[in-house]
Amino acid sequence: MKVIKIDKTKWAEGLNKLRSDYQLIGPVKKDKYHDFQMLGKDQLPDVELLNTRMSPKSVVFPQSEVMLEYSLDETKEDHHIIKEVEKDASPRAVFGIRPCDAKALMLVKLNFDTSDYKDPYWIKAFEASTFIGMACDDPASTCFCTSTGCGPYNEEGLDVLMIDVGDHYLAKGITEKGEKLLKTAGWEDTSDDASLIESKKGEAEAKITSKVATENLKDKAILDLYEAPFWEDTAFSCLNCGTCTYVCPTCWCFDIQDETHGKKGIRMRNWDSCMFPLFTLHTTGHNPRETQIHRVRQRFMHKLKYFTDKYEKGIMCVGCGRCVRLCPVNIDIRTVCDKMNNYAASS
Amino acid sequence: MLEYINKIKEISTKLLEEKKVDMIVGFRKGSLPMMNEPCFAKNTEDIQSFVWDSNCGINLANYLTNRKEKIGIVAKGCDSRNIVTHIIENKINRDQLTIIGVPCKGMIDRKMISDMFDSEITEVTENNGKITVKGNGFDKTLEKTEVLQENCAICIHRNPVIYDELVAKEVEEQKDVDRYEDVRNIEAMSPEDKWKTFDDLLKTCIRCYACRNACPLCYCPTCFVDEAKPQWVGKSQDPTDTRTFHFLRAFHCAGRCTDCGACVRACPMGINVRAFTKKLEKDCFELFNWEAGLSIEERPPLDTFKPGDPDEFIK
Ligand code: SF4
Ligand code: SF4
Ligand code: SF4
Ligand code: SF4
Repeated sequence: MKVIKIDKTKWAEGLNKLRSDYQLIGPVKKDKYHDFQMLGKDQLPDVELLNTRMSPKSVVFPQSEVMLEYSLDETKEDHHIIKEVEKDASPRAVFGIRPCDAKALMLVKLNFDTSDYKDPYWIKAFEASTFIGMACDDPASTCFCTSTGCGPYNEEGLDVLMIDVGDHYLAKGITEKGEKLLKTAGWEDTSDDASLIESKKGEAEAKITSKVATENLKDKAILDLYEAPFWEDTAFSCLNCGTCTYVCPTCWCFDIQDETHGKKGIRMRNWDSCMFPLFTLHTTGHNPRETQIHRVRQRFMHKLKYFTDKYEKGIMCVGCGRCVRLCPVNIDIRTVCDKMNNYAASS
Repeated sequence: MLEYINKIKEISTKLLEEKKVDMIVGFRKGSLPMMNEPCFAKNTEDIQSFVWDSNCGINLANYLTNRKEKIGIVAKGCDSRNIVTHIIENKINRDQLTIIGVPCKGMIDRKMISDMFDSEITEVTENNGKITVKGNGFDKTLEKTEVLQENCAICIHRNPVIYDELVAKEVEEQKDVDRYEDVRNIEAMSPEDKWKTFDDLLKTCIRCYACRNACPLCYCPTCFVDEAKPQWVGKSQDPTDTRTFHFLRAFHCAGRCTDCGACVRACPMGINVRAFTKKLEKDCFELFNWEAGLSIEERPPLDTFKPGDPDEFIK
């Protein structure tokens, strides 16, 4: 696909041209930290920021999302009938998404868009979105994407990949959706800098020194890993909070709730977390994952073993490093992954 | 600090060797700068990974709740006060514990320090009250007293209030500290401004409950926000529900909170949750002359009745 050169002086102009056809979304500062938000009129996305505190998964999978609504007012003809809520499916352009988070969308898709089940909310939002990624030339010490089947210039999940080259960006159209966006923005100067992209990619990959080893996980029996001796030590400090799962771009679990206010009601879904005791509590009162160790082990076994076995797409982690940086007690998935992998090899 | 850790290791080793305890709860070095991880040691080999420095802000009393073993626990001033509260509230027995007291000069504020630099911090070391921070393109030495966690800067109980062993001589307690300036500022606001302040404070809350779960006081078998029959609080991002969680949690901590700062330290969104608990802490001090967790002999004011209790608020 062709590579376009976008002079930074023409950046805002192009974005403005897009505004009539797309809702623009990108990283902007919210209170103390950056977050992916709908951009206001004239607002520009902070595409050069390394990464946001929360992942962009909320663009297609909001933390709280109303799915259905109903009325209990018997004077209304449609009372007690559950109805779908009108959703905005107009095109949106998501700027500044990093390759790890884009790859994460593809992993989440495995769950929301299958041949048996199609999640209409997620799919609608996903299909409405064009993802314009930003390659990472200056990764953080907690980025380990090169060992999770991703990388700082990875294109999976992206429609356009942008590369920062000082006074201009290079933009590589990856899909038709992406080409269309570039055209609508009026960025047309083609560039023959494909070889520059390759060399910058190599440099960026070399900067990522943090790695995880996963090669032995696949062949180890589930129960052996499950019963490995290190879980008590690994789990001890865990608070069973929602931080690691909520900040993770690949965690997809949700809980469905009905809320009635007066005579009006909604059915919504909210992110849920396997780290919460409530996650697996049965109505009988029995909880199959009763202790903190059960829950911590579940998170890592799901990400690093069950997922790996079920989908054959590697681990359910793209190496964005968010959980590593934000866990209040410093439970580091890289350490746990290495422990599991070493154990798988040794026993 | 170095002499502290040698002493902690020495005492811990002795306790395990003499079989006085089944495990020791302490800290080991984390994988990131300014992060240590709470851990346990059941044999003398595990003790070798113990550390002590200005990054031990997590409150270890949180790891005692309902445990059955005999435990040695490393405790700074605030941890010791939460251990007292745990004993009073029957969450652990005094005779299960061997408390290894650590006189503390405060923990450093990881978020404040990170915010001082534009690029990532790769290394933080400390020496003699100085903190040296290094990263890509910078190398700066800061006074530790300038970068303390806010609660540590105003702490007046740095020495453990209860202990079986002390790893070093007691440190001097801070005098003439104005503990409640921030609370007074909010108290002086109009109701509208107070509301706005709280709304602003909570607007990025993701309800991960790290604040609650890092808190040694929040040990209810089922927290009211998790209760399903009946359900007291909605689970979405509705600001009313988020506020309800924070306000009620703060009230549940009244007369029990030691202002250890574990909640603020844990919050991934950098929210100052202490803004709520401190008001209650101030009220308990002013109304009952009460500071939580100072003695296992005395019952907290909110679970006792005394004829002289203030009642001006009953109209
Ligand atoms: S691993 Fe860390 S972030 Fe995740 S639940 Fe445990 S304490 Fe919270
Ligand atoms: S598990 Fe952690 S590092 Fe991996 S994708 Fe999720 S948040 Fe990022
Ligand atoms: S609050 Fe006080 S006792 Fe606790 S860590 Fe800070 S200075 Fe030490
Ligand atoms: S830790 Fe922070 S984000 Fe999480 S629930 Fe508490 S205040 Fe909200």
